[in-house]
Amino acid sequence: MTAEATTPTPVLQARGLVKRYGHVTALDGADLDLLSGEILAVIGDNGAGKSTLVKALSGALVPDEGEIRVDGRAVKFQNPSDARREGIETVYQDLAVAPAMTVAENLFLGREIRRPGLLGSVFRLIDKKKMLADAASHLQSLQIGIPSMQQPVESLSGGQRQGVAVARSAAFARHVVIMDEPTAALGVKESGMVLELIRRVRDNGLPVLLVSHNMPHVFEVADRIHIARLGKRVAVVNPREISMADAVAIMTGARPPAT
Amino acid sequence: MLPAFGPLLALLLASAFFASQSDRFLTGQNFSLILQQVMVVGVIAIGQTLVVLTGGIDLSCGMVMALGSIVMSKAAVDHGMNAGAAVACGILATVVFGFLNGALITFVRLPSFIVTLGTLNIVFAITQIYSQSQTVSGLPDALVALGETFDVGGTAVTYGSVLMLGLYVVVWFALRETASGRHVYAVGNNPEAARLMGIPTGRLILGVYTFAGLMYGVAALLAVARTGVGDPQAGQTDNLDSITAVVLGGTSLFGGRGVILGTLVGALIVGVFRNGLTLMGVASVYQILITGILVILAVATDQLSRRKGLRP
Repeated sequence: MTAEATTPTPVLQARGLVKRYGHVTALDGADLDLLSGEILAVIGDNGAGKSTLVKALSGALVPDEGEIRVDGRAVKFQNPSDARREGIETVYQDLAVAPAMTVAENLFLGREIRRPGLLGSVFRLIDKKKMLADAASHLQSLQIGIPSMQQPVESLSGGQRQGVAVARSAAFARHVVIMDEPTAALGVKESGMVLELIRRVRDNGLPVLLVSHNMPHVFEVADRIHIARLGKRVAVVNPREISMADAVAIMTGARPPAT
Repeated sequence: MLPAFGPLLALLLASAFFASQSDRFLTGQNFSLILQQVMVVGVIAIGQTLVVLTGGIDLSCGMVMALGSIVMSKAAVDHGMNAGAAVACGILATVVFGFLNGALITFVRLPSFIVTLGTLNIVFAITQIYSQSQTVSGLPDALVALGETFDVGGTAVTYGSVLMLGLYVVVWFALRETASGRHVYAVGNNPEAARLMGIPTGRLILGVYTFAGLMYGVAALLAVARTGVGDPQAGQTDNLDSITAVVLGGTSLFGGRGVILGTLVGALIVGVFRNGLTLMGVASVYQILITGILVILAVATDQLSRRKGLRP
């Protein structure tokens, strides 16, 4: 008990998550601890359950068993909106943007700022001016360079689109930002920009849960690495104390995790 | 950047052409007539545009409108209801079928094309059975009041065409300035993103089809006012003419892109061609031929300009 009191409460915690699809067990009692101020990378081979784990934490699926805690408080997510209400925002792999709509509109998609007074509450009119200004300041705070908030997202480069999706999550997240394969579709230079962006999100005070199969990227930004295997957490390692080859060996089961 | 600009240019060019061919074209009286001729399909096309913006299509709109006009005229003539109650009954009928379309698409997850193809036939049959394929005449004056005209500088303008223009402005404003309006675009543009961002996509689509039903009801009232009778054969060309107006107006059939004022321009283009060709003495089959060519030209221009990247 005393040991628990001295360790900080994880911002986001999973205990014994189980998810079965027919005969397939995607999660087999998975645990996870995300601490404040860190970038925790989740790695695992195909079928290790990392994507199922992240979907459970972002509310995209409901686990059969187990518990999710936010700041030590047990929560239940039926859908992504429930997770968002707890301050957990997700950057989806396909970014979930509306390409024909503007940067500002995408930033506030589903959470448009209403005009003050009756115009906003009764007539549901949106405050475009404020949305443009706030969008600009959100992108500014993460140093994302996009000239105009009124540009349609489809006119942006891949890296800039990623920037819009990350800025949206960072703007609304109160506890955690989850990023699912944020560099998968990007070139070398743009990947570098996105990794820098992930650090900035952390430095602005939001812990980041990063899912990636790109080992060099994981080792470049992660503070700790959670290794998933066969639906369980098999190890949590420090990227500065372990080699990439050893991490991959644990991931594939070629080497038992150190205890 | 201005999707309504191309259609507007086409409308102006067509008008200039017909003005050069007939000196009766460029008169206030003639423009008032064109507006009156497009008001029914114009109001139907408001509903159609919203449906298309969400990525759907409504093939049943003209039939639903015809049912509405039969219900309201029979309610007044056969059941002796006062005009207000009769109109309410007719609009209720169109709203119910709009809702039904939306519910089948949202909850049973059927494609809008199939659902509305089904309701197209169902509603047509109901209209024929209920009216025994008989035109309903002898309508009270109050029911046809929107067909009356008022004087604007010597030109007689129909109240109904003013109502149509007013509805376009209101819906245009709502699509631009309200949260729900933007959500209509988002759902059509990327439904999965809209859902993930917490937009109640099912409720929104249901709302769009129901509102479209309301527009078909208003169009039914305009049809009754324009012709002075409840006609069970009405609306058969409006099913596809409304889609023609939407497409000519530059709205993408894939959803999420377009401006509703473009649809008004699209409806006017068809109206101007029909009117101008009539003034030139061209037979009506040729007018249909030309409308068909126009639709293909409009979509081809749109696609080519997109491919060349002239338009974002």
